[in-house]
Formats: sequence, structure tokens, C-alpha cells
Amino acid sequence: MTQQAAQPHGPETPEPSRPPETPQPSAGRAGAARFAGLAQRQGALVVLLVLLLVASLRFDSFATLDNGRAVLVAASFLAVIALGQTFVILTGGIDLSVGSVFALGGILAAYGSTYNTLVAIVLPLAVCGLIGLVQGLIITRGGLEPFIVTLAGLLFARGLSLLVSDGGSTTYRVPVDSAFRQLSQGSILGVKNLIWIVVILYAIGTLLLRRTSYGPTVLAIGGQQDAAELMGLPVTRTKLVTYTASGVLAGFAGVLIASYISSGVTVLGVGTELDAIAAVVLGGTLLTGGAGTVLGTLVGVLLLRVIQNVLNQIPYLNSNWQAVVSGSILLAVVVAQRYLSRAQP
Amino acid sequence: MTETVVQGQQADRADPARSRRPQLDADWLRRNGVYVALAMLVVVDLFIVPNFASVATLRLNLLQVAPVVVVAMGMALVIGTGGIDLSVGSVMAIAAALIPLYIGYGTAPSILVAMIAGVLTGALAGTVVARVGVQPIVATLALLVAGRGIANLIGGRIRTVRDPGFRELGSGSIVGVPYVVLVAALVALAVWLFVGRTTTGRQLVAIGGNARASALAGIPVKRVLTTVYIVSGLLAAIAGILVTARLQASDPTRVGQLYELSAITAVVVGGSPLLGGQVRVLGTVAGALLIQLITFTLVARNVADEWAQIVQAVIVLLAVYVQLGRRSS
Repeated sequence: MTQQAAQPHGPETPEPSRPPETPQPSAGRAGAARFAGLAQRQGALVVLLVLLLVASLRFDSFATLDNGRAVLVAASFLAVIALGQTFVILTGGIDLSVGSVFALGGILAAYGSTYNTLVAIVLPLAVCGLIGLVQGLIITRGGLEPFIVTLAGLLFARGLSLLVSDGGSTTYRVPVDSAFRQLSQGSILGVKNLIWIVVILYAIGTLLLRRTSYGPTVLAIGGQQDAAELMGLPVTRTKLVTYTASGVLAGFAGVLIASYISSGVTVLGVGTELDAIAAVVLGGTLLTGGAGTVLGTLVGVLLLRVIQNVLNQIPYLNSNWQAVVSGSILLAVVVAQRYLSRAQP
Repeated sequence: MTETVVQGQQADRADPARSRRPQLDADWLRRNGVYVALAMLVVVDLFIVPNFASVATLRLNLLQVAPVVVVAMGMALVIGTGGIDLSVGSVMAIAAALIPLYIGYGTAPSILVAMIAGVLTGALAGTVVARVGVQPIVATLALLVAGRGIANLIGGRIRTVRDPGFRELGSGSIVGVPYVVLVAALVALAVWLFVGRTTTGRQLVAIGGNARASALAGIPVKRVLTTVYIVSGLLAAIAGILVTARLQASDPTRVGQLYELSAITAVVVGGSPLLGGQVRVLGTVAGALLIQLITFTLVARNVADEWAQIVQAVIVLLAVYVQLGRRSS
């Protein structure tokens, strides 16, 4: 119901026509509704598992340790970005700036690493966090729509990253002996640091959403902001924290990729905001806010990257098929979510 | 109307000087800010850009802004319903990719095929949004991602379009007005008439104002919404055709990239609220011109491209902020 209330401007069929469609829920209907709810929330996981199974049987080179590692590494950068995006979307907002901020973070990290490792990490996090904070301030204090504010942020961060790299002509390289390279490239217990970092961040994210007062506040804002305000919840502060965190995480993803590829590249991150939003939506989080999970996003990210990997295994399909398949799956999942949420009482 | 007249008479009696001056409040600024900004920039450019007051400058700017205007017209309609269409850039690419494949049949058939592709993608977006009820931003986001892939699959690489008809469309002109600019002007006129003079045009604005109330009032919400997304797809395809004609080549990987953002910016800067309920056709054209002129000025003054993006970001925020003042007052 909150979903209905949160989109007064959406193309919604009139409410009065709905009650007659759902008669008294019998035992069978309740079961069907529970299944529909489960499928809506875990649909991406089911698709992912089926895909993994089929791909393992079909391609010899798929279910190998090396390939698994490659998928996880490819997924890790998007996973970090999508984590921040999840919280923003849970508040009912959106952050279009993450792709540009990701690129900016990477360039600043590579630039910083020419001084020392600390600068390489702190500088991008500070700048990207500041961009997130300013966006949050404009959204909360100025009352502007997140879509427009972060769209401007997208242009701004892209411009800034071009400024830092002299219009893209300067590529900063991480010094060969720099400890900064170890951040992503090193490994603990045979597992890449990158993957540890993602696991830790998602654990923190889940705890924040489930075990602290911050989580329910985020969900309440996404459900109905006016009600959250009337209940005395710290709406402004929570939103500021959420947008700042999104900026910091996007910047951190940039730091990780700079450490991984040992340089700062301006062309990175174009369209990444769309990947991140797609991952969040695939993970079962409602774009209207108020409902969703952190781990669902991780499943969404993995699904996108596994699709990419599977398509790479098929020799006669080129990378363009990835876009077609990812787009089609996103469309199919949201259409299914829509029908499934109607099936629920 | 009567209210303003009465006010004017009272002001006349009280203070003759005041009546001649329009009320310079936040509302006036919101409605006319984009024109004021455009006029001011033109005046500034007259001084700081060498050879600004020339036909060549005008022609160049109009040629560059034409495809954006065409896309922004469709976007203005979609935003008017409270939706958004992120797929326009990819639809442009699909249209561009199809042209070289059908150019063998002649100019008109290839243009027709490209336009049909635009209508079909628009119909898909419209159906998913209106019938299924998926949020416009997600539905068109999926089309953005998939559409670019499809365009690359159809076209793949840059192909030169060697066709006299296309050359004429891209570089020809009638009484000094390039065809490309003429097409954009006709599209703007048609959309202006559509919004102001047709039932569907009125209905789409009503839907943007309040979808539920419109449905209860008996407006065919689903049909109107589908129509609007079809129009947006068609116009995006036309823009793709214009860009291809100008380039004399089809480049599916790059055509239309970030056009969705340019179009949204033009609409918002033009004074249409992003929440819908209003379509400002002239404002949108002025918004597109303003952004084009800002880029032109910065390039002409040898300001780096990266600053152009930052300036554009600030202008978008300012434009929306000015609009906001009206809503609270």
C-alpha cells in the first residue's frame, strides 16, 4: 500500500477498481500470495541460481575457480556503488551521480597515490563524500528533486574529473612500489582483498538496515516521508547521511578500481549509475522506496555480472548482446514484480 | 484575466509609473527566466565573442540545437504526464543504425523504417508504463540499456550514408533555412498545436496534474500515456535521422549518447515542472537554445569542455530552484 501512496503521479489505475478483484483470501489464495511475495523478493536469486546451474552444465570453462574469481572481481566495484544506491532508493530518492563520482574517485586515488597511500584513500573519499553531502543538502534544505540534483551532480563530477586529468589527457599511474596497489590486488587467506571488502561492507549494510535505528528510519522515509516527519524521525539528518554515504561508497569503488588497474581513467563509470539502479531494482527493492534488502542488491549485481560472463563464453555473441540481455531481464523482472505485487493482498 | 485588468486600473490611479512595469515577482521570473537568461547571454556574446552577430554563427547554433529540440519536444510531453523517457538516445541510435540497411530502397523508405522503429520502441515503453504500471524511469532505463545494444547489433560500426536525398536533407536549405532546422521548427509547431489545440494534448496535461483524478473524470489514461510515449519514440527516431543526415554517416555506438540528459535539461530549464502537469513548448525550445548557446560561448572563448559541464550543472540547479520559489509562494 505504501507503494501506491508514494507514487501519486505515476500512471496508476484508479484505486476503486481494485478491491473487487481480490475476494476474501482463502487458504489457497493466501498461499499463492505468499509465494508471489517470495518470488517478488527473491526472483533475482532464483534466476541467478538457474543461470549458474545451466551455465555450469553447458560451458566447461564456467564453473572453474578462475572464472568464479573473475566474476566476483568484476562484480565487486559495482557492488560497492550499488550498496550506497540501495539506501538512497530505500529513502525514495535516486542518485544518478554515482557513475561520475566513481570515475572521479578513481582519478583522485591514482593522483593521490603519487604522494602516498593515505592520500590515495582519504582524498577521493573526502571529495566524493563532500559531493554527496552537498547533493543531500540541496535535496533536503533546498527541497529540490533528487533526480535533478544528482543529474547535475553527474555533470559536475564528470567535469571535475576531466579538470583534474587535464581534459582526460593526463593518466595518473600508481607507482609500482606503492602499497596502495595491495588494497585491491593483495589477498588474505587466498581470497582477494576486494572480495573481503565487499563482504564486510554488505555485512555492515545489513546490520545498519536491520539492527540500528538508522535502517527503520530510512524505510519509514521511503514509505511515507510526511508520516516519518510527524513521528519525529530525523528525516533531514538521515537523508544527508544516506547521500553522503552514497558519494563515499561510489568514491571508494573508484579507489578500489584505481588500486586494481593501477591507474586513474576518465572514461570509467559512464552509465554505471544505470547498472547500479538496475542491480537494486533486480534485487527486489522498490524504486518508490520503503521496502527492500541489502543482500538483494548483491544478488542483483551478481546476476548482471554472471550474465555478462555467460555471454562472454558464447563465441558468436559479442558484448552488445550483454546490453540487450541485461535490459530485457531488467524489464522482465520489473514487469513480473508489478504483477506479483498485484497478486498480494 | 479580469483580475489583472482590475489591478492595472487601480495601479494606474495610484501610481502611473507602476502600471507600465510588469510585476517582477518570483512567478514572473519562473515563467520568463529562460527567455531573460537567453537574451542576456546573446547581449553578452555580442561583446565577448568575435563575429557573433553573423548568419554563420546563427546557422551553426541552430543546426547543432535542432536534434536536441526534436528530442526535447517528445520529452516535454512525457514529462508533462509526470513520466520520463530515458530511452530517447538509444532510439536515436536504433534509427541511425537502420538507415544504412534500407538506404538501398531509397531515401523515403529508409526514413520510414527508422520512424517505424521509433514508434515501436515508443509503443513498448508506453505499454509497459501505462498497461503494466511499471515506473517510467525503470521501464525506459531498461530500453536505454537494451536499445543501445540492439542498435550496435544492427549497425555495429560507422557506415557512410551515400545518398543524394540524405545529403540534401543534411546540408541543403530552403530560402537560407537548413532543412534540419526547418524540421525541428515544424516539430515544435506541431507539438505546440498538439498540446494547446487537441483533446489528447489537454488530457495529457491533466494526467500529469493528477492521474487518478483524470481516470475518475473519464480520461482514457492508458491510451493517452501510450500515445505520448509513442510520440516521444517517433521524435527521437526523427532526431536520429537528422543527426545521420548531418553526419552523412550512421554511428550507432555514439549517436544520441547523453541526449536523454540534454533533453531533460532543456525541458526543466524551460520551466516545465518535472512532476508533470505542464508542457511549455516555447520554454523548452528556449531552454535547448540557452544550453546550446552556453556551450557555444564557452567553446568560442576557448574555455575547456569540462567547465561547460560544470556550468551546465549549476544552471540546471538554478533553473529548478527558481521554479521552486513559485511553488512555495
